Amino acid sequence: MELRFTEEETAFRQEVRDFIRTSLPSHISERLRLGYPPTKQDVVTWQRILNRKGWATYKWPKEYGGCDWSPAQRMIFQDENLLGHAPEVNSFNITMIGPVLIQFGTPAQKERFIARCANLDDWWCQGFSEPGSGSDLASLKTAAVRNGDEYVVNGQKIWTSTAHHADWIFALVRTNPQARKPQEGISFLLIDMKTPGITVRPIISIDGSHHFNEVFFDNVRVPVSQRVYEENKGWDVAKFLLGNERTGIARLGKSLARLHDMRELAPQLRAHGGSLLDDPGFRERIAALEVRAKALEITQLRVVSKMMQKSDGKPDPFSSLLKIKGSELNQDTSEMVMDAVGPLAMPDWARELDKLSSEGSNDPRIGPDWAGYAAAPYLMHRASTIAGGTTEIQKNILNKAVLRL
Amino acid sequence: MDFDLTEDQRLLNDSIARLLADRYAFDARRGYIKSAQGWSQEMWDKYAELGLLGLPFSEDYGGFGGNAVDVMMVMEAFGKNLVLEPYLATVVLGGTAIRLAGTEAQKGDLLPRIVDGSLKLAFAHSEQQARYDLSDVMTTATKDGAGWVLEGAKSVVFHGDCADTLVVSARTAGDRMDPAGLTLFLVPATTPGVARRGYAMRDGTRAAEISLSGVKLGADAVLGTVGKAMGTIEHVTQAGIAAMAAEAVGACEAAHDMTLEYLRTRVQFGRPIGQNQVLQHKAADMLIEVEQARSMAMLAAMMVDESDAAERARNISMAKVGVGQSGRFVTQTAVQLHGGIGMTEEYAVGHYFRRVMAFEHVWGDSAYHLGLLADQVA
Ligand SMILES: Cc1cc2nc3c(=O)[nH]c(=O)nc-3n(C[C@H](O)[C@H](O)[C@H](O)COP(=O)(O)OP(=O)(O)OC[C@H]3O[C@@H](n4cnc5c(N)ncnc54)[C@H](O)[C@@H]3O)c2cc1C
Ligand SMILES: Cc1cc2nc3c(=O)[nH]c(=O)nc-3n(C[C@H](O)[C@H](O)[C@H](O)COP(=O)(O)OP(=O)(O)OC[C@H]3O[C@@H](n4cnc5c(N)ncnc54)[C@H](O)[C@@H]3O)c2cc1C
Repeated sequence: MELRFTEEETAFRQEVRDFIRTSLPSHISERLRLGYPPTKQDVVTWQRILNRKGWATYKWPKEYGGCDWSPAQRMIFQDENLLGHAPEVNSFNITMIGPVLIQFGTPAQKERFIARCANLDDWWCQGFSEPGSGSDLASLKTAAVRNGDEYVVNGQKIWTSTAHHADWIFALVRTNPQARKPQEGISFLLIDMKTPGITVRPIISIDGSHHFNEVFFDNVRVPVSQRVYEENKGWDVAKFLLGNERTGIARLGKSLARLHDMRELAPQLRAHGGSLLDDPGFRERIAALEVRAKALEITQLRVVSKMMQKSDGKPDPFSSLLKIKGSELNQDTSEMVMDAVGPLAMPDWARELDKLSSEGSNDPRIGPDWAGYAAAPYLMHRASTIAGGTTEIQKNILNKAVLRL
Repeated sequence: MDFDLTEDQRLLNDSIARLLADRYAFDARRGYIKSAQGWSQEMWDKYAELGLLGLPFSEDYGGFGGNAVDVMMVMEAFGKNLVLEPYLATVVLGGTAIRLAGTEAQKGDLLPRIVDGSLKLAFAHSEQQARYDLSDVMTTATKDGAGWVLEGAKSVVFHGDCADTLVVSARTAGDRMDPAGLTLFLVPATTPGVARRGYAMRDGTRAAEISLSGVKLGADAVLGTVGKAMGTIEHVTQAGIAAMAAEAVGACEAAHDMTLEYLRTRVQFGRPIGQNQVLQHKAADMLIEVEQARSMAMLAAMMVDESDAAERARNISMAKVGVGQSGRFVTQTAVQLHGGIGMTEEYAVGHYFRRVMAFEHVWGDSAYHLGLLADQVA
């Protein structure tokens, strides 16, 4: 047991930090530092820079462009990205569909999609949830009926993040409504978003942003060659994917970055006649969050080490623990930022920005730069304990897989 | 001790509930938000008709001689329906300032116009640099013959964009943080040198940034005693806290009701999600917090007219903490138990959540008031 970083690891951290400092365009890091979400172009730009360096797909097996990094290196890399205010790579590509194709794809599918996936030449989105099937995903109804070497897909997906940016969607569809168990009648399809019969309708989130969508399928024809793995075995693929999604979702670095940046911000804010950083209550709040972040950091290292040692491809139920604690920490650190900013976090900057740009003015500011986006991450992070399987469902998973009560 | 409403209060409560059920459905509200001023003039006229605008003012000025408990009732109903009109700004904040500090002439001139709906007010006190420190005022008022000239800027002024008259605090003496040396002024919004930029808040209500440059006022613009406004400012914000606490309780109650309905009707895994005990317990926790918050909002209402300023401040701080903490829990949990739909603009739960968030971030959040209370632990 050794918790200190080795000299090599410390050198690696410096290498990553230097690379980000010299390669990340400053207009992107500046926008993210202020709390704004990255634009589609920001994500594409950064993922391509990383991919050229060979780092976009570090988690993948070596023969597919992976880096063979240790758990500590992986964590260092993620933290440095978030601390350096770099956009995250598109997780639908890197954490979800890439590993799925590597594990389950045919040689032709790998040939066609994997390199483009790594370079974000194709933007992927995830078509799992439906209006009647959220936590109970296996009850999904979107139907795919086999017709020669095509499936004809009819139905609806919902909460599809970034579908409006996407070139491709990977979707779970029902191919056998008569199966003994609902899980046994599901297949996993890759669908070109340009296929006739697909309609994307925006859903506006509580932070005013357009993040997710409804996606409608009306007689959409999908070649059978775009099915991943066997017909009616899509649930196995989905379980593999969801396990990976959970592990990636802790986003500890984001919480760390907020705690780090708060030291710069709090001295500029007032409380009880002094600065907010002098306020004992606020200092304790930062300290308590840092304790939680430290515990999660070590737990994450333990879970990732264990997962790398076994290679059966099955998700580790402890990834649920990372998801629960990581999402709560993101909620609570973003709440800290909003609370620190206080009244100036309440004006709806996003809406102002839209309105002003339509009026031809370009100064949306109300108060200092850091105030404008202080509430949006807090609002959007309420979804962290919902998306990717709710906290309640993660606890059910822990119970089933570990406690067995 | 008596926690029951009087017969008159019950009748009024019913008429408000009926009016809002009729005219303030969630979709109607969305229409009001989209309109240019962001709220409904027609509803404002209805409130005047019903007597809501005159509730806390004495009969001498055309009011109904009610008290903070009456206001609590109105605000709770407004919270349930997420009402957008400038009631808090006009009746509670502006109205309290005039009621407490106005001369007979000022009261006689202004209060009847609040009551009949023709005068809208805003309380322009907070400034960008101040966060929650009430005495942190940089706006200045300097003597100009018999009158005054105002220079400075006010920030996140509730309904500052539509107000006809602003109640503006300015420094007539002392340093930036000095509680002494503050004076309140009545400033018609059309006075040269007043510039306003209105915007929507995260919860859909309106506010404004207001700049004051070379704003010339007559001697009769002073509200209260020159240099001695701090007590009034505190009292006005306390009345605001009490009113908004009641509104937050209404919002929490509505969010809880919606959640219960959702737990009964949303089916996953072949049964209503409310059959999962973990969600039943969450709903029970919400109920507990709604009731605790309600108790604290009642405390605040009963303390608004307390004459012992220290006692009043201490209890209002307790209420701010209690309602703030319970409100966060209730509305965050409401979103969680709704899953994805709770995260959307088109569904009411997210709006209740943001209204409570707005309550938390004005006149000191729960952490700030806990700090004030902690200072008094001896
Ligand atoms: C921001 C965001 C982005 C998303 N992006 C995508 C995406 O890109 N692609 C995609 O396919 N989906 C996406 N989702 C959907 C997400 O996976 C679902 O919202 C989630 O699985 C919950 O489903 P639901 O919303 O239908 O809630 P429900 O399943 O209806 O749950 C409602 C409440 O009931 C609880 N509950 C349900 N069943 C149980 C039980 N058995 N025991 C205890 N509690 C229970 C839940 O925990 C929740 O609190 C996204 C969601 C959000 C919020
Ligand atoms: C200090 C003390 C004094 C007491 N005095 C008296 C007395 O004077 N007279 C007397 O008759 N009894 C007395 N009791 C007994 C007391 O009423 C019982 O301990 C209590 O009702 C719980 O029963 P139990 O101990 O059998 O625990 P159990 O009922 O076995 O419960 C064990 C745990 O399971 C939980 N649990 C059980 N059922 C459910 C459910 N359906 N859903 C969720 N959780 C559940 C409980 O909350 C508890 O956490 C006393 C107990 C204590 C600790």
